[in-house]
Amino acid sequence: MTSQRTGTVARALRRSPLGLAGGVLLVLLAGFCFLGPLIYPTNQTDVDLVNAALPPGPGYPLGTDTNGFDVLGRLMAGGQVSLQIGLLAAIFATTIGTLYGAVAGLAGGVVDGFLMRLVDVMLSVPFLFFVLILSARFHANALSLSLVIGGFSWLVSARLVRGEVLTLRVREFVLAAKVMGASRTRLILTHLIPNALGVIIVNITFQVADAVLVVAALGFLGFGLTYPTADWGSQLASGVTYISADYWWLIYPVGGCIVLTVLALNLLADALRDAIGRRAD
Amino acid sequence: MDVTNTVGGIASHYLRVDVESTAGGARGAVDDGRVLTIRDLSVEIRRGERVIRPVSGVSLSLDRGETLGIVGETGSGKSMTGLAIMGMLPAGGRVTGGSIDLDGEELVGLPPARYRAIRGDDVAMVFQDSMTALNPTRRIGEQIAEPVRLHRGASKREARGRAEEMLALVGLPRPAERLDDYPHQLSGGMRQRVMIAMALACEPRIVIADEPTTALDVTIQAEILDLLDDLRSRLGMSMILITHDMGVIARHADRVGVMYGGRVAETGPTPVIFRRTRHRYTHALLSSIPSLTHDRDEELFSIPGTPPDLTVLQEGCPFAPRCEAATDRCRQERPELSAEEDGHTYDCWHPASGPATGERARFTTARLPLPGPEEPPRLRVVDLRREHPAGGRRRTVKAVSGVSFEVAAGETFGLVGESGCGKSSLGRMLVALDRPTSGEVIFDGEPVSGMSARALGPRRTQLQMMFQDSNASLDPRMRIGTILREPMAIQGVGGRAQRTARARELLRDVGLPEAVLERYPYELSGGQRQRVGLARALALDPKVLVADEPVSALDVSIRSQVLNLMRRVQLERGLSSVVISHDLAVVRYLADRVGVMYLGKLVEIGTTEEVYGAAAHPYTAGLLAAIPEADPDARPPREAAARVRGEPPSPVDPPSGCHFRTRCALATEVCAGTEPPLRAVTGTHRVACHHPLRPVAEREGAWS
Repeated sequence: MTSQRTGTVARALRRSPLGLAGGVLLVLLAGFCFLGPLIYPTNQTDVDLVNAALPPGPGYPLGTDTNGFDVLGRLMAGGQVSLQIGLLAAIFATTIGTLYGAVAGLAGGVVDGFLMRLVDVMLSVPFLFFVLILSARFHANALSLSLVIGGFSWLVSARLVRGEVLTLRVREFVLAAKVMGASRTRLILTHLIPNALGVIIVNITFQVADAVLVVAALGFLGFGLTYPTADWGSQLASGVTYISADYWWLIYPVGGCIVLTVLALNLLADALRDAIGRRAD
Repeated sequence: MDVTNTVGGIASHYLRVDVESTAGGARGAVDDGRVLTIRDLSVEIRRGERVIRPVSGVSLSLDRGETLGIVGETGSGKSMTGLAIMGMLPAGGRVTGGSIDLDGEELVGLPPARYRAIRGDDVAMVFQDSMTALNPTRRIGEQIAEPVRLHRGASKREARGRAEEMLALVGLPRPAERLDDYPHQLSGGMRQRVMIAMALACEPRIVIADEPTTALDVTIQAEILDLLDDLRSRLGMSMILITHDMGVIARHADRVGVMYGGRVAETGPTPVIFRRTRHRYTHALLSSIPSLTHDRDEELFSIPGTPPDLTVLQEGCPFAPRCEAATDRCRQERPELSAEEDGHTYDCWHPASGPATGERARFTTARLPLPGPEEPPRLRVVDLRREHPAGGRRRTVKAVSGVSFEVAAGETFGLVGESGCGKSSLGRMLVALDRPTSGEVIFDGEPVSGMSARALGPRRTQLQMMFQDSNASLDPRMRIGTILREPMAIQGVGGRAQRTARARELLRDVGLPEAVLERYPYELSGGQRQRVGLARALALDPKVLVADEPVSALDVSIRSQVLNLMRRVQLERGLSSVVISHDLAVVRYLADRVGVMYLGKLVEIGTTEEVYGAAAHPYTAGLLAAIPEADPDARPPREAAARVRGEPPSPVDPPSGCHFRTRCALATEVCAGTEPPLRAVTGTHRVACHHPLRPVAEREGAWS
């Protein structure tokens, strides 16, 4: 199964140059954030007001921010946090969503109706409003933030997987397993989810992109992580404060990183979706 | 029609140009009766790095007013030939050689604009699937009018008038009211009529019908084919009838081209092909068709192996690897065209000498004696009913309405009927995939229909099912080994090693090599997958096997392999089975007793010999008459009275009294008033009809 799966990914990338570009870009960005600090170590904990707000120059390739942190190093550190939260939130959301959707889709009838109306109700709760209340009472860290984001974005995957399961559960191989006496758990785990995996993988990719954007938005609004931990969103927010001072190096690099990451993930997801759609034909 | 003359004018202009530009113009304006000449046509389809050659070196011709049948299995190139004529090859496809000559005009390499003018006007096509070939968002009137407006420049009103005329011509009742219907409001047979109306709206010279009736029931198939025949002669068209069904060819084609592996194996007048069969493939194909007169103790002839891989360049005869008579010459040298009188040609080094009789092996296993009536039946179905909600207020689809029968140990019960008669719903209830609304399924004395999932669990081993579409019934993400072990894993039978050993044993039983264990379903051919499906159903050693359309998705040559296998398994294992199929010949071959279903009810039940030899219900008789036999000398379509007319009514509102009365030639007032009970014709043969074709006992259900 695994070989077939990696085969699909490989084929998707070979067929779509844009998807390949997205994949390569993503690897480069992740390498930049996680391996970069090993080559270019910086101090991201102690304020250095002597060297605050320096433009790019020798010693500081992308300058420093208003607290004297090296911007290039801070991009790496912030990127680590953003990507981690994005990935964690997406995995969290997809896992809950997949199980929830599979159960609803397979059960059908009243159970399905109840579970999906619950999803509708939760979708109608405004996310930002909810996070505002939470952030007033709790301080966020990377894990809790991914749980909150994941806790909101599983709704979409649940709908998606339920739809997929609705078409799969009347397929003859599922009926065949039922005739053999397979339990519901077995049907879900060995037949329904593996066959919906294509859709799920595409969804994970989009979810990571969305979560990265949400983290950025929260950070930008000041509801993100607590100082001095920084993510891309809070970096962007602090840069925007000095926009009139013409500190461009506080805005463009981090903005570019966010855009590139989301773009790369979307290109990859599109390519995967095409590959999976094509095979279904 | 003066518009036609203008178009004809254009055509003759092109004709002149064509004649001038053709070197050695032997053919030309002289009318030799030929409408279409295909010479040495080759088609290639590029898909990524793969090149498929679905058609290689095909030559065929079509005379004015005749029907040319092109027959072949999946991948024989028959449909691709049709699409090449229409200039509608799929993406990546192109004609790589040869010529298609339409009344003197060369179609290969024709500019797209000119092709558009010809398509739908001179050459039209009737597709197989009317549901996808018609645009679901547009009214049928507009869709029929479209070609008339495009090609004839007719005004909206004229085109609408023409559409109404065409609908009347194809036999749609009240055509004026139907014009504004959408495709989904019509039944399958009606939609196929609309497709024909659309194709014929411009009175084309050639109609290409690609499997026009494959998606339809046999009674409707007969009507549609007769309609096409009738229209062809009335409108003076020529027709190319593409089909996989030798029976359709025997009844409706004047000449036949038999295709195999992208080549024409044999071509000639229909009776000659059937009576003086020369090509070994045609010969084998004709022998492997289960007929209504086949001796059931003989195995069906089956062609070993699978059709050729069209991505590989072929040397020699494409049929050589599967041919009994093949020699080294066949494998190395492409056979030369041999011609006999009356235009009979074939490409074969070792031609057969006559009609397909073929020696057939007899089943060696002695039939187990069927238990007498005193023994309790293994499976008993008592007054089973199933209704599905149909949307709307309290409306229900009456899928199964009161069916009772018994299946003894070791017996095979066949269930036949057209689509929508409830036979598949019934099959699902037999294996407890679905719960009946009322009534019971009793297995070995225990009612399984009302059991909880938990109580049912272990009993599942005894009731297994074989599905129609092996492609859909095997999980595409599992290896065959895992698929075969799954039933044992679910039921907790044996350890891993034992399960694997059992999987090997099962593969051997169904005639597949052990290496298949490591394969995925998509790596197998349709016939191999269906064998795996059977092996899986047998994995738990069930006592009852329900097979729902077990061979409907398979090609003729593969079908006989699977049918022989199923028959052998039945005989060897003493299995009770229920075979569900719309194909009467398949059921006849497999079943000991047969039940005929119509709109949720059993209308006739009896031994196979009784039902097929002495049908008592007019519906059974009509079904049997509607099957085209693969024999041009077979009795001509019986008199109209024996034909089943029209389309089955909706199971939401079945007719009062006898459900069949709306389509029955013998129906009277009694039929509308009271529902006929099942009455005995003989001890084993019962029929539910007020006017049975055989004398019946007076008392209800009397057992003489």
